Formats: sequence, C-alpha cells, structure tokens
Amino acid sequence: MNYFPDEVIEHVFDFVTSHKDRNAISLVCKSWYKIERYSRQKVFIGNCYAINPERLLRRFPCLKSLTLKGKPHFADFNLVPHEWGGFVLPWIEALARSRVGLEELRLKRMVVTDESLELLSRSFVNFKSLVLVSCEGFTTDGLASIAANCRHLRDLDLQENEIDDHRGQWLSCFPDTCTTLVTLNFACLEGETNLVALERLVARSPNLKSLKLNRAVPLDALARLMVCAPQIVDLGVGSYENDPDSESYMKLKAAIKKCTSLRSLSGFLEAAPHCLSAFHPICHNLTSLNLSYAAEIHGSHLIKLIQHCKKLQRLWILDSIGDKGLEVVASTCKDLQELRVFPSDLLGGGNTAVTEEGLVAISAGCPKLHSILYFCQQMTNAALVTVAKNCPNFIRFRLCILEPNKPDHVTSQPLDEGFGAIVKACKSLRRLSLSGLLTDQVFLYIGMYANQLEMLSIAFAGDTDKGMLYVLNGCKKMKKLEIRDSPFGDTALLADVSKYETMRSLWMSSCEVTLSGCKRLAQKAPWLNVEIINENDNNRMEENGHEGRQKVDKLYLYRTVVGTRMDAPPFVWIL
Amino acid sequence: MRGVSELEVGKSNLPAESELELGLGLSLGGGAWKERGRILTAKDFPSVGSKRSAESSSHQGASPPRSSQVVGWPPIGLHRMNSLVNNQAMKAARAEEGDGEKKVVKNDELKDVSMKVNAKVQGLGFVKVNMDGVGIGRKVDMRAHSSYENLAQTLEEMFFGMTGTTCREKVKPLRLLDGSSDFVLTYEDKEGDWMLVGDVPWRMFINSVKRLRIMGTSEASGLAPRRQEQKDRQRNNPV
Repeated sequence: MNYFPDEVIEHVFDFVTSHKDRNAISLVCKSWYKIERYSRQKVFIGNCYAINPERLLRRFPCLKSLTLKGKPHFADFNLVPHEWGGFVLPWIEALARSRVGLEELRLKRMVVTDESLELLSRSFVNFKSLVLVSCEGFTTDGLASIAANCRHLRDLDLQENEIDDHRGQWLSCFPDTCTTLVTLNFACLEGETNLVALERLVARSPNLKSLKLNRAVPLDALARLMVCAPQIVDLGVGSYENDPDSESYMKLKAAIKKCTSLRSLSGFLEAAPHCLSAFHPICHNLTSLNLSYAAEIHGSHLIKLIQHCKKLQRLWILDSIGDKGLEVVASTCKDLQELRVFPSDLLGGGNTAVTEEGLVAISAGCPKLHSILYFCQQMTNAALVTVAKNCPNFIRFRLCILEPNKPDHVTSQPLDEGFGAIVKACKSLRRLSLSGLLTDQVFLYIGMYANQLEMLSIAFAGDTDKGMLYVLNGCKKMKKLEIRDSPFGDTALLADVSKYETMRSLWMSSCEVTLSGCKRLAQKAPWLNVEIINENDNNRMEENGHEGRQKVDKLYLYRTVVGTRMDAPPFVWIL
Repeated sequence: MRGVSELEVGKSNLPAESELELGLGLSLGGGAWKERGRILTAKDFPSVGSKRSAESSSHQGASPPRSSQVVGWPPIGLHRMNSLVNNQAMKAARAEEGDGEKKVVKNDELKDVSMKVNAKVQGLGFVKVNMDGVGIGRKVDMRAHSSYENLAQTLEEMFFGMTGTTCREKVKPLRLLDGSSDFVLTYEDKEGDWMLVGDVPWRMFINSVKRLRIMGTSEASGLAPRRQEQKDRQRNNPV
C-alpha cells in the first residue's frame, strides 16, 4: 500500500490541516496511523473529559497546539453550576511534565487559575499563543505571569472571560524586549488600565494586527494608540466618550485615516454616537463590525455608519437597529455572510425591537448569508418559508423568539412548518437553534431533512418522546444535542444507546427523564459518563422514597475513553 | 388545554408570590426535590393543541410567563447579560442624576428600576447572609442591587433589631460599610477566601461573591476603618 517512504507521506500529510481530515487519515491503516501520529501538531479536543492528557501525549508526542473545551454550552446561560468542572491545571501539569513543545493553547469554558497560567508561562519556552474564551477563575495576576515569562508571545486573546481585575500592573509586566505581539485583546477586563504601559507596548509591537481595548481606555489614549499602530487590522474601541478636548478628537480622526489596513471594528463599550463619523473614512474597507456591546449607538448614527460599510461580511448588532435598520443593512451589505442580532432591552419589548420583517429583508438582500443568530419578539411560518427560499445556503441558523412557546403571531399556529422549510431547503445546515411554539412535527422534519446537522438546541418544544426519537434516529451526523424544558423522557433516552457513541454529548435539563432511566442508561453504556447535576439537594435524591421515578433536573452525558472523572464536585453524581 | 387541566388539579396559583419567589426557588413545602429545583418549565405554558396529562408536580401560574422570568432565558451569555444589565442600570442612574436628584442613598425609584432590570438576570443571584449571633440566616439577591450602599441598606433592614439596638438609625445608611458600627460586612469569594466587602468595583464583587457574613468588629481586628483606607488610597493613587 505504501509505495513511498514515510517522510514523503508525512510531507503530504502536512498539507492536510483540518482535524476531521487528519482523523480520517489516521484510520486508513496502521502505517498511516503511525505517521499521522508523529506528525500531528494541532489537536482539537471538544470535551476535556473525553480523554486525559496522558493518553493524548502518548498518541501525539509532537503536539504544539492544543484546543480544549470544558463546560457544556448551556453553562453560558447559568445552567451549569460554577464548580462543575473543566479545570485546565491537570492538563498544563501533564504537558509540562512531558516536556512537549507547546506553542499554542486555546481554551473554551474552562476553569483557569493564576496557578495554571503561571505554570504555563514557565514551562514552555516557545509558547506563543493563548486564547481564552468564556473562561473563569483567574485574575490579572495570572496575566502578569504570561506577560512576564513568555518571551515570544504572539497572541493574548481574552474573549468574554470572567477575570478578577486586581487593577494591577500586568501590562507593564511585558518586558521591553517583547516586540512580537500580534494579538492583544483585553476588552473583557473591567478595571483600570495602565495607559502608559499600554502605549509603550503597542509602540514596540510592529507586528500588532489585532488590538481590543477595555472600557478603561479613553478616547485620547485611543488616538495615541492608533498613531503608534497604523498597521492595525482589527480594532476594539474601549470607551468612546465625547471628549470636550477637541484636539484629541482631531488627532483621532487623523490617525484613523492612516489605518488603511483596518478591516474589523468592535467595542464602543461606552460611546458617544456622534463621534462615530470619525470612522467613516475607513468604513468602506471594513469586513467585520461588532456593535453588540454598544448600547448607546443606535438610530441615525448607526444607520449612517452602516451605509458606509459596503463590504461588510460579518455584522453583530443590537436589536435597537430595528427592522428599518435591517433593511438598510440588506440594501447596503451585499457581501454579508454572518449576522447576529442581540436583544438590547430585557425589560420587555420596545418599539425598536426586530421582527420577522427584518429577517426577511436580510434574507432577500444578502444572498451570501450563511450564519445567523437572531433574537426577536415574534415570528411567522410564512416569514421562515420565505427566508428558506431566499437563503438555501445556511450553515448555522439560530432563532430565538424571546417569549418561550410563542406561536406564529399571525396564525397562532406552531412554527413547525417554518422551521421545516428551513431544514428542507438548507441542505448544508450544521447548526440549528429552535424557539417558539413547536410540536413533535418539527422534529419529524428535522430528522427527515437535516442530514448534515451536528448541533441542535431545543428549548420549550415538543409534545412526546417521539420528537426526540425523530432527531436521534434521523440526524446521522448529530454531535451535540442540548435540550431544556421539553417533555422528553426515558423512552427516548434509552431507545438507541449506541447512538451516543457517535455523539460528543447530550444535555437534558428540566425534561422528563428519571433517575432510574439514567441508571439504566449508565448500565447499558459503560463507555459513557452519565452525570446528574443536582445543585439544590446535594444528592439527597437516594434518600427519598420514590427514588427511581424522580425526575432528573439536569442530565449531561458524553462519550469518554477514560471513564469517570475524579474531579466532580459533590452535587454532580456520575452514575 | 393543558394549562386549564392543571388548574383543575387544585394547586393554587399565586402569580404575585411566584414572582417574588422565583429567585429563591419554589418552597411549596416538602414534596419531591424537583419542585424545589425547577422554576418554570414548558409544562407550565399553555400550548395550542397539545395533550399533556395533568401532573401532580408543581407549576407556577397558568399564564405564560415573560421570557425574562425563566432561569437561563433568553439564552444570552453571562458576560453580555452583565453588560446589558449594567447599561440599563447606568442609564437609569443617569436619568436620575439628570433630574438633579443626587442622593447619597439611591432613591426607591432607581432601586425599582435596577431591581426590575437585575431581577431578570436569574441564576446565581441569591447568596446566603449570616450574622454573628443570629442563628437563622437570610438570603439576598445580589442581582437586585446596584451598589454597595444599596446592599448595605437591604442588609440593615433585614437584620435590624438583631443587634439589640432600639433606635432605628435611618440617618446612617453606610453603617455596615464605613467601619463605624460594631459590625463589619465580609464575603466569601469564589476561591473560598473571606474578604472585606467594598474593595473591588461592584460588578466584580457580584461576580465573585458566594456568601456574606456580618462579622463583629472584634473578630475583624486589624482592619483599618474604611474611610481612612479610602483616603489613603486616594492619596497614593498611582498614575
């Protein structure tokens, strides 16, 4: 089978970069498995409890880049207790012990401590890139260790983490010799920033392409920073309050004009909208605009800004843009591929919220649209049918109607037909989130048509176990299924245990599954970790009389090759 | 309709009470643990044309709750939610200040607004509060407060009379925070350490507080009175 020496095959493999492809390669034959093993540098682990670091390193000793994900997705919405797990320290300790040449670490929804950051910074001489997304458990002291000890640091990218800001001097911990920074994102930090240290750091980082500031960086500092870094490609503006000192504003306008490489703009965490015009000169180059944290930017200022952004491919916005604003987007941004519309007012829908009309307008005006996340007040089947016709190329379709169980507001029917149209038309759909009033019928459609679906999020939907069964039986590529507040129970859970071997994980909360059902599942499938999360009672479940028939509040199960995890807190019961 | 059949089962519905109780968790007395843990589920919402057998399990209210009353809904990330809530509270605060009503203690209206706004952020908002010398603790919703002064006022109202003082000291709202009383307010943070309340910005505090304790100053010896500390900090504030 192998007519070429190993080195040649390895060289060929170097061109194969996607994880899926490399995993496929390793399954071809023993020889390819071996070659692939030793040449693999990037590993992606979707569930940190599916494997342990020792086994990972045994298989991939030449590991340079590791991606780890911890808590399940619903942890983002406070459905998973803080102490549930996802600790990165054991991973870093194991990697450090093995002396592997780690260069990149990307973590999502994991618990990171200052201790782990310190260990990370000291253990890997060539460490270059740290990306933390939705993590927690550390402080700016941990960042200080990274800054001080990682001599070749290229990326420090902190996205939406919960970081205790000690208002320390972590920025000044970057040594004067550090000139390699390409990405610096600390937008999620809440505390003050040492502006002098920041400016000096930016000034000595000629390769800096992405800079995202926190709200403590005022407009005049922004002006100075942009003068130091005209090569910037991706900018996150911190505070953008109107400075009565107009000289700063003039400086800013001049500096912005020089940033001809700027393609992505975000932030505006505190903003004076009438200063936005300073950015108009570079808007025609922008491909990505994220104003989803800019609560103060709306109305005509927002529209004017968007009208300049003809090349936009990615737009994240608040629903204060309104349907009319979305129509402007539809007529201006013909290259739009990804749109996210977030709610701006949790006190109860205002007039400026978006409806199905905005969604239809976007679908009609933006033929390249493939990913959407849309929070809205209301929806209709007719609108969804139209959207499906206009945009058959959706890869990700996430619709969140703010009021649970809300039907089609015109016909009062469930939204089964609308979502059915989406899954039927969009043959490449990989991710789907449902909302509104839905019966088992929508799941029949999903099972029938959503052949490529990998991730499905269900809330307040369905009538009987049949709904879940349609999905489990029909969606062959399902990887992550997460369900909350839906009447699916043991029958659906236990119907096909082997299905869970092909999936990464299943989450069910406030459904109808019982303790005995879960126990039976755990018995049938020893290669699954079946976790019952019961925060309120600390596992007093067994003491109650009707033990078996008790409904389980939160169930999280996932396939694993390393058995029960040892770090579960007392309120997590692993069957 | 399902909602109707559940009404017929005979559980009384107290929507007003349920609103207040939402954060505390249902306390419908004894019964399956599920009743205490679950707040609102799909079963509680009347839906068109679906048949679901009436359950003896609990539910709250026959009318569909607004999205903001359900735990973890709408599905917005915590970071974004915090930012949203704080923006709305700040807007309300600015509106108040704009009216020229700057008070040391935020007035009731602002408290209402921020309570309304913050009450929407469900989840880990309620923390236990224990006071030295008092056997039974209380629970306070961190999300329903917008500042340390706010929180201190609530706590003083909750534990008033526990210290044996007879006169109501309304004029000193900062009793717990300024070190002039016999008590000091402390909290346990995520790492399990007991810390003095007030050092960090409010937002950071509510994200790391796990429980509160009103400690006697004799136990908290060695801590400088807050006013003095703040003055020192201001003097030494680095650029």
